[in-house]
Amino acid sequence: MLAVDDVDLDIMPGEVHVMAGENGAGKSTLMKLLSQVERPSRGEVEISGERVEFHGPGHAQHLGVAMVYQEFALAPHLSVAENLYLGREPGRGGFVNRRAEREDARGLLERVGLQVSPDRLVRGLTVAEQQRVEIAKALAIDAKVLILDEPTATLAEREIEGLFGVIRDLTSHGIAVLYISHRLDEIFHIGDRVTVMRDGKVVDTLPVSELNEDKLVRLMVGREVENLYPKPEIEIGDVLLRVSGISRGEKLKDCSFEVRAGEILGFAGLVGAGRTELARAVFGADRKDSGTVELEGKKLKIKKPSDAIDAGLGYLTEDRKGDGLALQLGVDQNITLANLPARFGFINLGEERRTARRRKEELNIRTPSVRRKVQVLSGGNQQKVIVARWLETRAKVLFFDEPARGIDVGAKAEMFGLIGELAKEGNGMVLISSYLPELLNMCDRILVMHEGEVAGVIERKEFSEERIIALATGAKEAA
Amino acid sequence: MSDTTATTGGRAREALRERFSDIVSQLAAAGALIVVFIVLSFASPVFLTADNLFNIGSQTAVTAVIAVGMTMVIITAGIDLSVGSVSALAGVLGVMLITGAGLPVPLAILGGILVGAGAGLVNGLLVSMAGLNPFIATLGMLTVARGLVYIFTNAQAVFGAPDSFRLLGQGVIGPIPIPIIIILVVAVAGYIVLSRTRLGRYAYAMGSNLEAARLSGIPIRRYLTSVYVISGALAGLGGMIAMSRVNSGQPNFGIGLELDVIAAAVIGGASLFGGQGTVLGTLIGAFLIALIRNGAVLLDINTFYQQVIIGVVIWLAVIWDQYRRRRLAAASE
Repeated sequence: MLAVDDVDLDIMPGEVHVMAGENGAGKSTLMKLLSQVERPSRGEVEISGERVEFHGPGHAQHLGVAMVYQEFALAPHLSVAENLYLGREPGRGGFVNRRAEREDARGLLERVGLQVSPDRLVRGLTVAEQQRVEIAKALAIDAKVLILDEPTATLAEREIEGLFGVIRDLTSHGIAVLYISHRLDEIFHIGDRVTVMRDGKVVDTLPVSELNEDKLVRLMVGREVENLYPKPEIEIGDVLLRVSGISRGEKLKDCSFEVRAGEILGFAGLVGAGRTELARAVFGADRKDSGTVELEGKKLKIKKPSDAIDAGLGYLTEDRKGDGLALQLGVDQNITLANLPARFGFINLGEERRTARRRKEELNIRTPSVRRKVQVLSGGNQQKVIVARWLETRAKVLFFDEPARGIDVGAKAEMFGLIGELAKEGNGMVLISSYLPELLNMCDRILVMHEGEVAGVIERKEFSEERIIALATGAKEAA
Repeated sequence: MSDTTATTGGRAREALRERFSDIVSQLAAAGALIVVFIVLSFASPVFLTADNLFNIGSQTAVTAVIAVGMTMVIITAGIDLSVGSVSALAGVLGVMLITGAGLPVPLAILGGILVGAGAGLVNGLLVSMAGLNPFIATLGMLTVARGLVYIFTNAQAVFGAPDSFRLLGQGVIGPIPIPIIIILVVAVAGYIVLSRTRLGRYAYAMGSNLEAARLSGIPIRRYLTSVYVISGALAGLGGMIAMSRVNSGQPNFGIGLELDVIAAAVIGGASLFGGQGTVLGTLIGAFLIALIRNGAVLLDINTFYQQVIIGVVIWLAVIWDQYRRRRLAAASE
């Protein structure tokens, strides 16, 4: 089987060339071939008209191809300058010329618009800052081609603008940027040309100016996608969950909100504004200093996640692999993890299998067997396994933290359809997202957070991106 | 439509391959065991006799029994370095319960197991409540338990146990030595715990992803502690068997035993990163080590060589396991 089949791709100096396609389309594999992490079974790469031999990732860098992965390749305990010159330290005879290293680092950091001292430890930098360090590293090796793998996945809106500024500056200096993304808005925002991949093949390469969203989605999916955000009409009922006055150190300050039956409440805000922290505090994943949680009028004592689960709350974490799935366990075992059918400590294996099969059918989890390790499923199907887990706990209020992150367009529509259906059944849904179109389309109300506080709550009929951004950035607004 | 059927078929094939490679990995260790067994059968006239085989079984009992507990700890991504010292502490105190306190033998054996469980409880609380790294927590216990043994015995062997105490390590039921029966009982119990109980499932879940387990409402502290208690209790049982085999309390017993026990689990496919390991694999590992030792004695190979051989076997087992896992990860992309 070929992950990438007979692909042709040209990248011009000074252009932002977007690679678009669903998960598994072969984008990442292609990038690994270009950066010589993996060896192609056939085909060749030319840079500036010269044919390039395969010698591994170090060689690709030597030739001027640098790649910034979603997970950064930085040494957290070393300083920024040390990271920038890792493996190529200036100096002689095994001694590092620290002053030269620091001076050069300063110049690079300026070029990527990063205002931190080269002596800072990478560990202490934000995700956005670390990403800039990665880009600076590419500049340090004089990269001609910079490959960015979904660079905005972990950034907030404001940080994305900064990144785009840096990218434009690089291209104006003749560097070619190969930009992998599935976020449609950015493709139109930053891209010059788009190459769409599907099933390991190039579907088409087009200038962005000749595309619109519908056409692009059609190329990526290979069929029409009816509606990315299928929000059903729902009669909103009584208050299900009432959260009052939650505080936690500097992270959360006196946060209150309520979720009604049938309602989808959005949490908007910049990264670090406290959306995830608020959900975790309600759920008992982190301790809280003060505040109360009531479900259906009953005050809950939530000290740990099991208290919240028993009461009827569920929390789907943002980082599926990091703290959601037990990757080495089977699909069935992951589904029953929060509500194991057991008596006197003994698991009812038959019932577990039946439960898993039922959820597999119901949620359309694509796996040949529920006994398969969840590790080998696609992102969208993994996400469904976690949804199944929470459905098994009979949760009445579910917090979805970035549920669409890293899953493909088709699975996204399914995921949002599911959230809508759960709301329709009279449950309360909380949707945390950094991508405004998701919130604007799916939610009945949007709660906007700013620096650990609830900056405001906006009703659906008053939704606008400007209002949300104004609240999220702390701009004073007469509301 | 034909497109989707093709993918489903491909996935089913992949699933089969995955299952198959799981079996193969166990077969690799089992295959090595069988090969060594056959080679020794031809190489030595003594090897394939009931006496010798029973002898191997009895000698392996201590390692095998403790290794079942170690497997559970390793599955949670932990380690228990204290089992050697704890087995000595439990064994010696168990013997002293007979010679000093005059307890009947069965109660004394139970006492020894409880001493081990107590040490395991301390390990478990240090890991789950105090948040110590398992390596550090149990390294401390390794020293503490050994120190306590020497304090209680003044580093002198404890004699004077009645002959009835010999039964545990030297007795037989029919033709079968009791230690071998104990291995079987502990292995079956361990298998059931790991595959059919909450404790076992949560052990795999915690080892695979501790935070996911916590957020799924699993009482981490309780279950993590339980696993160390079981490991300690089995170390206690192993210690009692060992003391029974020499019918005395030996304060120097079990120095370095933890390494054999860990080796057995690792050869059997347990991953020190957690989430992986089986009782069957660990037993195969324990017996592979025992066969190599026995063979070296029978074939009159310098005992220093067997140490080298066992080390190489550990490397090969882990290299094989990693190779297999990498292929699985590659297939899933």
